[in-house]
Amino acid sequence: MKVEQRPADSKSKEALTDKASLLNLYREMLLIRRFEEKTAEMYQLAKIGGFCHLNIGEEATIVGTISALRQTDYVYSTYREHGHAIAKGIDPKAVMAELFGKETGTSHGRGGSMHLFSADRRFYGGYAIVGEALPIACGSGYAINYKGTDEIVMSSFGDGATNIGAFHESLNVAKLWHLPIVFVCVNNLYGMGTAVNRASAVTEIWKKACAYDMTSERVDGMDVLAVRRITDQLVAQAREKHEPSLLECVTYRYRGHSMSDPDTYRGKDEIKEWQTRDPILSLGEHMKKQKMLTDEEIERIDEEITAQVEDAVKFAEESPDPDPKDLYRDVYAGEGAA
Amino acid sequence: MAVLAMRDALNQALREEMKRDESVFLLGEDIGLYDGSFKVTRGLMKEFGEKRVLDTPIAEEIIIGTAIGAAMSGLRPVAEMMTVNFIMVAMDQVVNAAAHIRYMFGGGTKVPLVIRTPGGGGHQLGAQHSHSHENWFAHVPGLKVVAPGTPADAKGMLKSAIRDDNPVMFIENEGTYAVKGEVPDGEHLVPLDKNEVKRAGDDITICAHSRMLIVAMDAATELEKDGISAEVVDMRALRPLDMAPVVESVKKTSRLITVEEGWRSYGVGSEIASRVYEEAFDYLDAPVARIGAAEVPAPYNKRLEKIAFPGKADVIVTAKALLGKN
Ligand SMILES: Cc1ncc(C[n+]2csc(CCOP(=O)(O)OP(=O)(O)O)c2C)c(N)n1
Ligand SMILES: [Mg+2]
Repeated sequence: MKVEQRPADSKSKEALTDKASLLNLYREMLLIRRFEEKTAEMYQLAKIGGFCHLNIGEEATIVGTISALRQTDYVYSTYREHGHAIAKGIDPKAVMAELFGKETGTSHGRGGSMHLFSADRRFYGGYAIVGEALPIACGSGYAINYKGTDEIVMSSFGDGATNIGAFHESLNVAKLWHLPIVFVCVNNLYGMGTAVNRASAVTEIWKKACAYDMTSERVDGMDVLAVRRITDQLVAQAREKHEPSLLECVTYRYRGHSMSDPDTYRGKDEIKEWQTRDPILSLGEHMKKQKMLTDEEIERIDEEITAQVEDAVKFAEESPDPDPKDLYRDVYAGEGAA
Repeated sequence: MAVLAMRDALNQALREEMKRDESVFLLGEDIGLYDGSFKVTRGLMKEFGEKRVLDTPIAEEIIIGTAIGAAMSGLRPVAEMMTVNFIMVAMDQVVNAAAHIRYMFGGGTKVPLVIRTPGGGGHQLGAQHSHSHENWFAHVPGLKVVAPGTPADAKGMLKSAIRDDNPVMFIENEGTYAVKGEVPDGEHLVPLDKNEVKRAGDDITICAHSRMLIVAMDAATELEKDGISAEVVDMRALRPLDMAPVVESVKKTSRLITVEEGWRSYGVGSEIASRVYEEAFDYLDAPVARIGAAEVPAPYNKRLEKIAFPGKADVIVTAKALLGKN
């Protein structure tokens, strides 16, 4: 499927130009990439069970959006959320341990790949029902306004989710109630095997916000600097003016929908073409041109991050399973309910 | 102690809890300016303002979803679903989200949320406005489910529900809003997990909740005239289901009737019967009798509707049959 960029989206002046910031974005994206590659490996070794959806290819969208947030800002995501959790600052060890189903995982092994969570990092969860988290994100937005604090909410979901009722109900009240939310549509062009143009009457997702008179933008989701620049604006608008927005990031997942998808519905050429625009390689090239990075440094960073991911696996391996006597723990909050 | 209609007892509970705790707020369709479809929220928007009494669009999923997110973010929302029939549009939020969030996130958060909603039939409202579904919710771990049948319990349980840290389905009944009863003033809390004997008796046990509690009490009064002493157990706490008073009662009477306004199949009575078989089988002199709605979508026609929903006569006939006194 061909993607036409919205004219307004032409890449322009990057908000971030300093080496330290760019290096952070680079490292974050590479961490997600290496983490996900390792996840696939561990899944094939049956260390990880259930459904497992990878973020490989979507790193610029994830890091470009989430890096614009404060720790106290809320992030809501989907079942494809390992990268979001890491970008929001959850220790990759706790994420890998959760994938392994261990007690040391983000959700103590009760959630798994699709249900990462951290109250601390205000990562308010991975939800496995398409579109379900958007109304809940609105609730956090309402609570922020209610208490008069200055956090914002970022609600991330796929292109497929924009066809479900909850998406429309959420945009409507976000605008109506002036909720401080940035809705981020990770448009990877497919919902499972169904291409956007076979599922949505409107293939440019940003346009769907027009029905709610809401600010919306479409951005090249493979370009981390472009994503970050526009996200900075939308975050400021949410924080300062309590005006919500919809950001469509056009990106691509290199792997199948989940680990069990043989990926027969799209051409190998299409995948290869998108890989030529790889977000991590692109930023690396850009930084090399700017004399911010050398090939040796790139190699060293990769080694560091690969070791960090190895550590995460080791931690997950060595962590204990939940104790069977705790099967019923946390069904209810408070004193022993049935 | 004042005599109040059920709707006013509920209103009092909401007002008191909103005064007591700033983090309590209400949301739902037409609960503010319109004062609520059944006037339970009457006057509250005027008193507490639009932020704390939020009129929402007709969008059930956003109502429950917003309530969940607000609850996870430190507030104590009380959501009103205009009737339980409409909650089906939002079942994903209730079951997959509200009920499961705490567990699936490893106890990392909690969802202190009350969903108030009336069920019940008998008003010629047809198949899409007449049913009772408390058993659906009572099936789900992670939810608490209560269905009070007196104004005093309605007030006391709603106050407890608002203070509880879990999602509570607070089931009301359209047919009981005008029912009056004595209601203690001020701080009156009724636990969410305690059922109780509302009328003592020796010959037979009748358990019922919500509007059927009233039906059961009326039936017991009438049975008395025929020399039958019925004990009525109020099953206001459906999940967690407090079986102790039922089991104790059955050990005394050896006969049990369950009454519910919803369909019998897979219903509240089925659950109570199973538990009695498990916990007091040897005490029973007869199989448990379950009374519920006819297994049809509620009909509009008045005569048909009357026979479709259980009433006093059904309870009396069943009681006599169980006692071999027909
Ligand atoms: C309500 C619902 N229907 C169907 C599914 C099964 N399902 C899981 S992911 C998915 C595709 C979603 O696509 P999209 O929103 O584009 O997100 P992506 O997987 O591409 O990140 C489907 C159909 C589901 N989880 N929830
Ligand atoms: Mg998609």
